[in-house]
Amino acid sequence: MGIFRSGMSKTRQSFFGRIATLLGGSKIDDETWEDIETVLIQADVGVNTSQKIVEELRSRAGREGMRNTDQVQKALREVLMGMLKTPPVMNISGRDLSIILVVGVNGSGKTTSIGKLAYRLNLAGRKVMLAAGDTFRAAAIEQIQKWGERVNAPVVAGKAGSDPAAVVYDATAAAKARDYEILLVDTAGRLHTNFNLMGELAKIKAVCSRVIPDAPHEVLLVLDGTTGQNALEQAKRFQEVVDVTGVIVTKLDGSAKGGMVFSVFNDLKLPVQYVGLGEGMDNLVLFNPENFVLSLFDEN
Amino acid sequence: MFESLSQRLQATFDRLSNGGKLTENDVNTAMRDVRMALLEADVALPVVKDFVNRIKERAIGADITKSLKPGQQVVKIVHEELITTLGEPGRLNFSGSTKPYVIMLIGLQGSGKTTTAAKLAVYLRREGRQPFMIAADTYRPAAVDQLITLSKQIGVPYYEEGTRASPPDIVSRGLKAAKDANAAVCIIDTAGRLQIDDRLMEELEEIKRRANPAEILLVADAMTGQEAVNIAQGFNQRVGITGLILTKIDGDARGGAAISMRAVTNVPIKFLGTGEKIDGFEVFHPDRLADRILGMGDIMTLIEKAEAAYDEAEAEKLQKKLMENQFTLQDFLEQLQKIRRMGPISQIMNMIPGMSQLQMQNQMDQETVEKRIKRVEAIINSMTRTERNNPKILNASRKKRIASGSGVEVRDVNDLLKQFRQMQDMMGQIRKGRFPKIPGLPPNLFG
Ligand SMILES: Nc1nc2c(ncn2[C@@H]2O[C@H](COP(=O)(O)OP(=O)(O)OP(=O)(O)O)[C@@H](O)[C@H]2O)c(=O)[nH]1
Ligand SMILES: [Mg+2]
Repeated sequence: MGIFRSGMSKTRQSFFGRIATLLGGSKIDDETWEDIETVLIQADVGVNTSQKIVEELRSRAGREGMRNTDQVQKALREVLMGMLKTPPVMNISGRDLSIILVVGVNGSGKTTSIGKLAYRLNLAGRKVMLAAGDTFRAAAIEQIQKWGERVNAPVVAGKAGSDPAAVVYDATAAAKARDYEILLVDTAGRLHTNFNLMGELAKIKAVCSRVIPDAPHEVLLVLDGTTGQNALEQAKRFQEVVDVTGVIVTKLDGSAKGGMVFSVFNDLKLPVQYVGLGEGMDNLVLFNPENFVLSLFDEN
Repeated sequence: MFESLSQRLQATFDRLSNGGKLTENDVNTAMRDVRMALLEADVALPVVKDFVNRIKERAIGADITKSLKPGQQVVKIVHEELITTLGEPGRLNFSGSTKPYVIMLIGLQGSGKTTTAAKLAVYLRREGRQPFMIAADTYRPAAVDQLITLSKQIGVPYYEEGTRASPPDIVSRGLKAAKDANAAVCIIDTAGRLQIDDRLMEELEEIKRRANPAEILLVADAMTGQEAVNIAQGFNQRVGITGLILTKIDGDARGGAAISMRAVTNVPIKFLGTGEKIDGFEVFHPDRLADRILGMGDIMTLIEKAEAAYDEAEAEKLQKKLMENQFTLQDFLEQLQKIRRMGPISQIMNMIPGMSQLQMQNQMDQETVEKRIKRVEAIINSMTRTERNNPKILNASRKKRIASGSGVEVRDVNDLLKQFRQMQDMMGQIRKGRFPKIPGLPPNLFG
């Protein structure tokens, strides 16, 4: 929780800290609702979702006879909390080898998140191997190899420019033969609108199941926390093509608030598994909606 | 999916009175739509507020041109104001500083700086200026390797010291190397950083002091949300930026971040990154981006989508067929199916200028369009191979068979054949000019 809170504190101050100051303990008026909408929109919650939240809050305030803004703030917290979910335990136990496929648009933080995840899983005593499935971007292979060294996980790689599906096949076979428990598969960044590259991704996914029939067991979509409303389009398209099971939201150590998570979860039912709070190997934390929302309301 | 602003405004004005002038009431109602559309396009809220106020002033009392409906009038004002806000296409400024001119690329992590450095180098070389690159990202694993790989690929000289030295020192020595190599322009690739990271922002200031850059370009992701304002302001206040480069514009993000960043920094947008490959780089055009932000149709995006959906060999084969006038109904059917796989038809339609208006006028919703396309497919599917390849043999009895096979009237079959012939004529004309690589897009199939 330590990292989570310290990493989140900026977000907390700028987002909910503002609501707290805005709302104080004063009387409810039109401005109250406008202020809430403003703050939600500026957190990238999206104008539609923000308006829906405010509407719900407003009718609740009427129904429950709320008199001051403290009550509204409490209700807002509840509404927001109700829109998120504790991530289900990842489906990566109870078999010899589990495969996690990591996907997302260019530069969202896939490779870094894989490094951090490998570090976490290692700490938890799991035997982890990495697959250098990005054969396209210049020095992508070197990048994941450096992460492998850093977190002490072997990396299976092919040649730059070679077929990523072949690399992934080799990696699954190697992980199985060498008794690894978890294989983390990196993929090249691709825009969800690129038809051919999305097709390639479907192929990579299919290859995983050639060695391990029900693999991949988790497909994690990495979303850049600074992304606006396009995150939802990304999530939709990746979900269609590779059946995403969970989301990692990165770069929340910056000034961005990651409010698009609300619509990603509500429209697509994709739970956030982890949050990226920095570039270090220990800067990946489990997403905990309750602590998340609660800590957002803390003032200091 | 986003509803285009023009459609939305039209619907609003249909409900309103239709006087000769835009009344204050009309305008206020319309401004709610404008606000929504801009926010959906990720323009930052404070920027939206300012913008809406400006539009409002211009729109109230504006005379309505006879040819334009009130909704269209407002769209026109919004469009013009957007183009003004987006500003002139930016040029690189090389006056003042001494050779080699230095361009510093800065920005958040993952925004695309290294790829952009290589694209910019190729662009400069094409302009006749010898480029040089310095690898000053010592933080991200293999960032230096990435720059080296790209430099070798494009044949541009570079300077690197791995990750041993501090970035400002690397830059000082790199500049000397650039001078010795007689380079005209030197591009510095810096590490991605958060604008709130004090230590790393100080480092940027130090690099700036040493390099005396002619340009400091902020490289930003086109998908950026509301934070665009803070990012642009943060970098601008600390190091002073001279221009913007917007990357990953080949996706379907509306790109409202461009407006936000322009509005708070007032520096020009200079280039757009339009793809992962080195040639995916363009000088910025305000009108295109304005169209896109408004969802007013973006033929270029359509072409990009089409290009993404076709592999090159296939496109060439098709092009050859078209050139030699061998494009058949069978080819047409295949193309139609491809286009449909590119995304929901409504989305594709919105990219074609004029299409969304057409759709509006004819009260055609997505369903109707989809239905029409399905009908065309059904008709072609009911033809034999020979018929598809040579529709001339279609006599009355064949047409009747096809019509009943596909559940339509003979009239519909005739319509399709007529449209196909028109399309072939159009192809004939295109054959003489540059072919835009959207094979099989019929001119009035949807109309
Ligand atoms: N501040 C911060 N930076 C991050 C975080 N996660 C990733 N990054 C940085 O974002 C940049 C891009 O990360 P990568 O892991 O290379 O992204 P990717 O998705 O693998 O990129 P491509 O493979 O090029 O598509 C790097 O500089 C990372 O260090 C995070 O949570 N916070
Ligand atoms: Mg990567």
